Amino acid sequence: MTSIATEAPSLAEIRPARRALRVRLGRRALPYLLLAPSILLLAGFTYLPIFRVIWDSLHEQIHGSRENHFVGLANYVGLFSDTAFGQAVGNNLVYAAATVPFSMGLALLFALALQRSTRFNAVLRALLLFPSMVPLVAAASLFFFIFLPGVGLFDYYLAKIGLHGANWLGDPDIALWSLIGITVWKNAGYYMLFYLAGLQTMPGEVLEAATIDGANGWQRLRYIIIPLLAPTTAFVLVIALINALIQVDHVIVLTKGGPSNATKLVLYYIFEQATQNFAAGKAAAASVLSVAFLLALSVISLKTMERGAHAAS
Amino acid sequence: MRRASLVIAGLMLVVVFFWSTPFLWTLVASFRPDAGAGIGMASLVPDYKPTLANFSDALEAGDFAIYYLNTAIVAFGILAVQIVTISLAGYAFARLSFPGREIIFYVFLLQLMLVPPVLIVPNLRAIVDLGLYGTLLGVMAPYFASAFGTFLMRQTFRQIPRDFEEAATIDGAHWWQTLWHVLLPMAKPGLVAFSLVSLMAHWNEFLWPLMVLNEPRTQTLTIGLASFALGSEGGKEWGVLAAGTLLVMFPLLALFAAFQRQFVDSFMFSGLKG
Repeated sequence: MTSIATEAPSLAEIRPARRALRVRLGRRALPYLLLAPSILLLAGFTYLPIFRVIWDSLHEQIHGSRENHFVGLANYVGLFSDTAFGQAVGNNLVYAAATVPFSMGLALLFALALQRSTRFNAVLRALLLFPSMVPLVAAASLFFFIFLPGVGLFDYYLAKIGLHGANWLGDPDIALWSLIGITVWKNAGYYMLFYLAGLQTMPGEVLEAATIDGANGWQRLRYIIIPLLAPTTAFVLVIALINALIQVDHVIVLTKGGPSNATKLVLYYIFEQATQNFAAGKAAAASVLSVAFLLALSVISLKTMERGAHAAS
Repeated sequence: MRRASLVIAGLMLVVVFFWSTPFLWTLVASFRPDAGAGIGMASLVPDYKPTLANFSDALEAGDFAIYYLNTAIVAFGILAVQIVTISLAGYAFARLSFPGREIIFYVFLLQLMLVPPVLIVPNLRAIVDLGLYGTLLGVMAPYFASAFGTFLMRQTFRQIPRDFEEAATIDGAHWWQTLWHVLLPMAKPGLVAFSLVSLMAHWNEFLWPLMVLNEPRTQTLTIGLASFALGSEGGKEWGVLAAGTLLVMFPLLALFAAFQRQFVDSFMFSGLKG
């Protein structure tokens, strides 16, 4: 039987071994320590809030106290039986269906027209980009005056060419379209940047070959440029859809969802329920649906991007 | 061919002119004397002797000094903390390998889509629970970590050849010395791009500060401008409103003029952020 003592390392050997262990442990822990601040903050302000809002949407808060009780899907039932919410969803669908294609279409046209890098084009690009850099609140307060009936910029110049203006923000049939106009004005220049980048990576030989084969401008656009820009379009589409859900500053400043709910968008509805009507349950339920929409959108966009990557390889 | 591109250039000139009329009007109206509700207020022609009266009225009426200060505290405060968090996290993802890296990376990735505005309701409750309601810190806290910034730093660090760090490590430098003295200076373009996007996003933000802040003393520029705009309802003081709007936009436009190239580049990156 060999003595344990002889196999045990001497004290002099233990110390470096311990230090090595500590260094190794430190090295193991290092990545997690570096990530800890970000993970804690992401957890605290993104992931926990999602669980919390789901929980809130299934409970009723007794006003003025911290007590809750479980109410199942009652908040969702209440939400769907609220005609204002139905209107908000409907408005948001119209808003998205109009702002997304209009702003993306204009963005593509602008990019095509300004793709050559000249000084002249650089100035025009910067001017088109301007609206996307100013706060939406600032844009809204400008349009407050522009849309002013009678004396506003719009009506003033319409009158000069003999046309009658409208009550741009006060007429329920028009107000949503006025907000759509602001959004398109604000976002088109931003999306143009992505198309400019997409056009820059376009292989010149393909277009030359097509030109030699006798393809005219429209055919080149329709059969070569637009298909090659598909990844850019998919990417911009996701951003534009998210923006259609999350930009409501102009609603708050200009219309407050009115007249008669004509410009109420989903996020504005949430804001209103949470801060003015103190309907925490409805606000939570509507938030959960918005998060679900974003999750669905990310799954779909990841799937399509993967498919695009496969097609490319 | 030549003529076609001339036609396009002319057409774009017209389009861009119309696109810019809101700004043109702001500029013309803000220097127009006697800002009444007169019919001529809408004119884009500067047929007057320019005055700064609207600007001084706006500055007086709107507590702009405090709004500027609060907005600067919010925007730069967020940025300062973000630079620390995204540099550390970006370094970990770019240079270290560890169990769970993939999963943690996806946790970050998903946050890009779960944009803060849809979480205003639960986040407001979190801010109340933390005792930060009504404070500028409450406005800033949800943005201290940035998945977008982490990705940007990860990409930037990855493009730096490892030779530089290895040389530093051989000389006995610790990881933080390498990060501070070697990687961060070389990552400057990425940091500038991120800073521009972050500053602009938080300078322009409205909905979240509107929910968190509850008294005039702590308000930001966008909130001040909104109440200013609503206060001038009824067609009075349009010149003052134009001047106020210009005051809010000015720092950004100056920043844009100074960093035009980087702005365009960082704007493209920021697409990720939604």
